[in-house]
Amino acid sequence: MSKQISIDEAVKQIKDGMTVMVGGFMGCGSPHQIIDKLVESKVKALTLICNDTAFMDYGIGKMVVAKQFKRIYASHIGLNPETGNQMNTKECDVILVPQGTLIEQIRCGGAGIGGFLTPTGVGTIVAEGKETITVEGKEYLLEYPLKADVAIIEASKADEAGNLQYHGSTRNFCEQMATAADVVIAEVRNIVKIGEMDPDFIHTPGIFVDYLVNID
Amino acid sequence: MENKKEFIAARVARELKDGDIVNLGIGLPTMVSNYLEPGVNIILQSENGYVGLGERPEEGREDKDIVNAGGTPASINAGGAFFDSSMSFAIIRGGHVDATVLGALQVDEKGNLANWIIPGKKVPGMGGAMDLVVGAKKVIVAMEHTNRGKQKIMKSCTLPLTAKGVVDMIITEMGVMEVTPEGLLLSEYNPEYSLEEIQNATECKLIVGDDVRAMS
Repeated sequence: MSKQISIDEAVKQIKDGMTVMVGGFMGCGSPHQIIDKLVESKVKALTLICNDTAFMDYGIGKMVVAKQFKRIYASHIGLNPETGNQMNTKECDVILVPQGTLIEQIRCGGAGIGGFLTPTGVGTIVAEGKETITVEGKEYLLEYPLKADVAIIEASKADEAGNLQYHGSTRNFCEQMATAADVVIAEVRNIVKIGEMDPDFIHTPGIFVDYLVNID
Repeated sequence: MENKKEFIAARVARELKDGDIVNLGIGLPTMVSNYLEPGVNIILQSENGYVGLGERPEEGREDKDIVNAGGTPASINAGGAFFDSSMSFAIIRGGHVDATVLGALQVDEKGNLANWIIPGKKVPGMGGAMDLVVGAKKVIVAMEHTNRGKQKIMKSCTLPLTAKGVVDMIITEMGVMEVTPEGLLLSEYNPEYSLEEIQNATECKLIVGDDVRAMS
């Protein structure tokens, strides 16, 4: 059975108030066509988990400009001034997370790990309100996993079973996000028949992927 | 003096050894790779997901799926490898990066670093910086000695920290300083400045040893 659905069906999976993980690093590896349709859909009050908020006119930044998020977890918002504006006016609750911590939170969410200890952020404002644990004389912060209702990611190639292959630096957060959400949707340009991908070179096993959206 | 930034970048380059895995921050640190001595080949790590970061391709040959950590088009050198963010931060936090070079808003005599936020003004987020300085074997701050006359090398940072006690070395147009348990040791100075001028541009007391050398 093919996992392929239309882009409109994909967009319907994301409903007001949901938590959404979006792959990409400054827009590289983001599902751009799904994002454009989500802007049109006017879905709102979402919680976003994404490495960064990209640019005002590129990537997930477009949904920030359309004020579709009530909360954002990201490691960097500096290239999208609108995120900073909404943080200052308290329209949006922005939680800045060190990049290595954010990806590990997602990895743990998908891997059934209840939390992890990282030296990153010790002695900084990131540590505020967090438990510190000393292991063999070194201090660590206890960080918790993150999960989402839906993850939308991009891949360069898929087969109809949902096996994914990424190209270049687009892999970034996509691979782990595919493990950490209830529904996983991949935007893919090149979809081939089952059996046409070499199982030795699959980055995300198809078992994690619920839907494929084929783009031109 | 020749361009200050070029002078600083050239001195930083001499700290890097053949075969080092290095992460360079945006701006001045990126210039370091232009000044490596013949025979010194380093492998650049890009935290968005690869080792073997290469130069920006010529116009028209960019691949939108291969960008650097600033989101601008880049390339991958022969022998490089792409991976996801989880692997990228295993490399970074796990101590597999030999050196990281980055700028600072403030740095102090205890090796504390502040380079990610100016409360009430600029809140870009920390990106991967907090992980990098905690995980890299050697942390080199490369920056102009003052911010238009305002001291940046402090007794104690007043801005929110990126990390505590992580900086090994500070390289500016005025000199080379090493963080030691006794305080900041001026190991090299630029003869274009007097020791008094360098001290006056620095908030904390500089330790000047008998073997202080001219910076070249």
